[in-house]
Amino acid sequence: MSGVNWWSIAPLLVLSGGAVLLMLVVSARRDTGLAWITTVLVLAAAALSCLGARQAIPQAVTPLLLADGYALFFSALFTSCGLVTVIVAREYLAQRVGQNEEFFLLLLLSTLGASTLAYANHFASLLLGMELLGVSLYALIGYPDRLELPLEAAIKYLVLSAAASATFLFGFALLYAAVGTLDYPGIGRALASEDSPVLLAAAAMIVAGLGYKLSAVPFHMWTPDVYQGAPAPIAGFLAAVSKGAIFAALLRWWMASGLYDLPGLLTLVALVAGASMLVGNLLALLQDNIKRMLAYSSIAHMGYLLIVLVACGLAPNPDLAKEAAIYYLVAYTVTNLAAFTLLGLLSRASGAIELDSLDDMNGLFWRQPGLSLLFTVALLSLAGIPLTAGFIGKFYLFSAGVAGSLWGLLALLVIGSAIGVFYYLRVIYRMTLAGEAHPAHVEQPGWAARLTCYGLVLAMLYLGILPGPLMDMLRTIL
Amino acid sequence: MIYLLLILFLGGGLAWASERWNPQAPRWVALAVVSFALLYLVVAVARLPVEQFSLLPAASQPDTWLAHTRFDWMPRFGIHFELAMDGLSLTLVALTLLLGLIALSASWSEIDQRTGFFQANLLWSLTGVVGVFMALDLFLFFVFYEVMLVPMYLLIAIWGHEARSYASMKFFIFTQASGLLMLVSIVVLAYQHALQTGSFSFSYFDLLDNRLDPALAFWVMLGFFLAFTVKLPGFPFHTWLPDAHTQAPTAGSVLLAGILLKTGAYGLLRFAIPLFPDAAAEFAPVAMALGAAGIIYGAVLAFAQSDFKRLVAYSSVSHMGFVLLGLYAWNSLAVQGAIVQMVAHGLSTAALFMIAGSLQQRMHTRDMSRMGGLWLNAPRMGACALFFTMASLGLPGLGNFVAEFLVLLGLFQVAPRMAVIAAVGLVTGAVYSLIMLQRSFQGPGDLERTVPDYGRRELATMLLMVALLIWLGVNPQPLLELTQPAVDSLLPGAAP
Repeated sequence: MSGVNWWSIAPLLVLSGGAVLLMLVVSARRDTGLAWITTVLVLAAAALSCLGARQAIPQAVTPLLLADGYALFFSALFTSCGLVTVIVAREYLAQRVGQNEEFFLLLLLSTLGASTLAYANHFASLLLGMELLGVSLYALIGYPDRLELPLEAAIKYLVLSAAASATFLFGFALLYAAVGTLDYPGIGRALASEDSPVLLAAAAMIVAGLGYKLSAVPFHMWTPDVYQGAPAPIAGFLAAVSKGAIFAALLRWWMASGLYDLPGLLTLVALVAGASMLVGNLLALLQDNIKRMLAYSSIAHMGYLLIVLVACGLAPNPDLAKEAAIYYLVAYTVTNLAAFTLLGLLSRASGAIELDSLDDMNGLFWRQPGLSLLFTVALLSLAGIPLTAGFIGKFYLFSAGVAGSLWGLLALLVIGSAIGVFYYLRVIYRMTLAGEAHPAHVEQPGWAARLTCYGLVLAMLYLGILPGPLMDMLRTIL
Repeated sequence: MIYLLLILFLGGGLAWASERWNPQAPRWVALAVVSFALLYLVVAVARLPVEQFSLLPAASQPDTWLAHTRFDWMPRFGIHFELAMDGLSLTLVALTLLLGLIALSASWSEIDQRTGFFQANLLWSLTGVVGVFMALDLFLFFVFYEVMLVPMYLLIAIWGHEARSYASMKFFIFTQASGLLMLVSIVVLAYQHALQTGSFSFSYFDLLDNRLDPALAFWVMLGFFLAFTVKLPGFPFHTWLPDAHTQAPTAGSVLLAGILLKTGAYGLLRFAIPLFPDAAAEFAPVAMALGAAGIIYGAVLAFAQSDFKRLVAYSSVSHMGFVLLGLYAWNSLAVQGAIVQMVAHGLSTAALFMIAGSLQQRMHTRDMSRMGGLWLNAPRMGACALFFTMASLGLPGLGNFVAEFLVLLGLFQVAPRMAVIAAVGLVTGAVYSLIMLQRSFQGPGDLERTVPDYGRRELATMLLMVALLIWLGVNPQPLLELTQPAVDSLLPGAAP
């Protein structure tokens, strides 16, 4: 392989090298601060290396990885999200369990998994990325190993992931039996030339396996428990990066193999999308725990996103739908990360329990103006109110839906959004309540965390007010 | 015109920040900001040549508008930041700023908690409304239309009365859900434009030229109609209004009734009808029936209320029925009537809400069964209430009469039966208005009760509105002339 090849996968190399480096650092000296700063530097370097890798694309690095604008864009996004998670996690862990160096190592590995998924152009690399991401996440979810909820969540996630892996591995096997290849373009060619029910079954199984990880209805049961049990920063990472990466991988496969030409699969995805929107939004209404509410809301958001996959097949030109998917994914990732950042920072001084019930939000607006500004913007963005990232994302979805004439799904999107407004606003309402001071005294977070908060608010507003540059960029990477 | 928005928006931030300095400061800052914005508007308009006001605002010529700004926003979708002002927009923007001042006066002593954030939200909702009245890019319009909900929601949710959570939520969800339907419609329009010309556009003028399949046009029109009728509110989508108005703090009610409702009427007039002339004409009987039903239904329900604010709220439903009728009659007379009604109703209802607010502040109740004979205690307040009740029931010589008369006159040419029903509404309007006055201010009094009468600030506010309503009633011609070119340009081919 030539020198240029190496540059094109620079983020993956930096992350892998960083993981080894961190391991060495930790074995030389156990010091959380040192481990933390190493992780931060590695992630920042990985994010920056995406910029440097731009001149080396597009390039197929072995049949497994395809380095193109899409891969670099998502790698940059996921490493930045990893960076935010690491910063918040440090605040969160400061007063908890003693030895936290491995926490950062695991985070680094799962970010590597997410970036691998962005590059994946073959089922082998898809599986590799997904397992790397998943296995690190089991450990991260159960990291507070003296507490019941995180352990329960970790076991649940483990069992579910195993089931999901089994499902899509079976799908891979069927696919391989039918077409004899596992790389995306090859599958696309096979799909175009033959029409066998085995192919449809295989594709459906793989989509179902990924659907587990995306927590689309009917594969969503695990989501609220895992979100609730996982430490808040990890729940944020799970919601933003893990789901984002899996959707990014699904989208690439969907486009590269032309799966949208299978009408049966389209119907299936449309049903899953509709069910996710309805179930997610309706069940979110019943929650009085913020993390559970965000879990159900993420189910609904995955339903919104799946509209795009259907739109790819029915619109005259799938490019708009693909753009819509990426924009929505970015908005969703940033917004979820912001919401969980608040929960993480809020809960950092509360001992074993987290402050994640609706009651804990009472009067937050007056107690913690900075943090609640972050949360308010995040909630408005989730609800899709203009001037926030979520609105432009939703606007893109509407455009893609209209282009594909998906009136039924659009109607569900409108209904879902209207329901969504209720449970997001309810939290804002709680925050504005005047009244008794909350027992838990919360002090100001450190400068890095504060900077991250402002950065997230700015990102959400920037994406909502001046989306032009990102829109243009998306057109260049497609 | 973008400066107007900036003044209000940044002024909001300033008002919030000034609270740290002194809890009294925000209201003075807000007063200065709104006055400055008003002054800016007056000066800007006064500097325009007189001929400019009689030009027909044409799509392709920006200089036929009173003001016009446009720059690229999201080139990917052909979205521009496009603001423009014609006589109609100018009227409504001026009304907005004026009612902003009145709302400020209403909240002057009522709000003593978190004044900074209150005034900030007040100014931000004014920003949103002013933006709605000036935006000519449909995407931008939608952004303003939705964004103004957030500060309004906060006004109701934080400073509202006992059932504020329910009322604010209902208000937000109704408007948001119907707004999303409009967004779908807007996107469909833009997409149709892309299909026809190869590129997306959200510009009002581009979309006016769209040729739509009639069946599609009908559905798309319905999206707009629903959004604006919920906002207006037209029967049967009005149910959010009595709750929101009743629970909002006085300033919130003033803004809601005075200007937020007008964004619905404005949207119908500017977008829903001109964008789909054929579909709208086909739909007009239904819309007019809803308007007539709203007039009667609102009046009957207003009559049944014992809550002062709720009664005024239902009377709004009734009055907005006239606007709906006037707009869908779609001739110059009726549309002019609807515009005058927007202004007159804005003033008279704002005043009635202010009276309701003062009563609540003084007596801690809005229940009219606990009032009665208040004239004895507060004669100045009573006189104001009498005046605005008369205005509201359409006494000749006041603005509302001119409006309703014009609507009926225009309507009669198109749909005489509707005009008859609407005229019956005038009678029922008199019934509930007089009952309201009688139950609160007339009847046996109680001299023991201490109800402080209006002070200088309140009286000055009231007199300002009295003067405007009389002026509008006696000499509506300047307003009609100001809006005539805009109406003519919206109504192609209609005889003046």
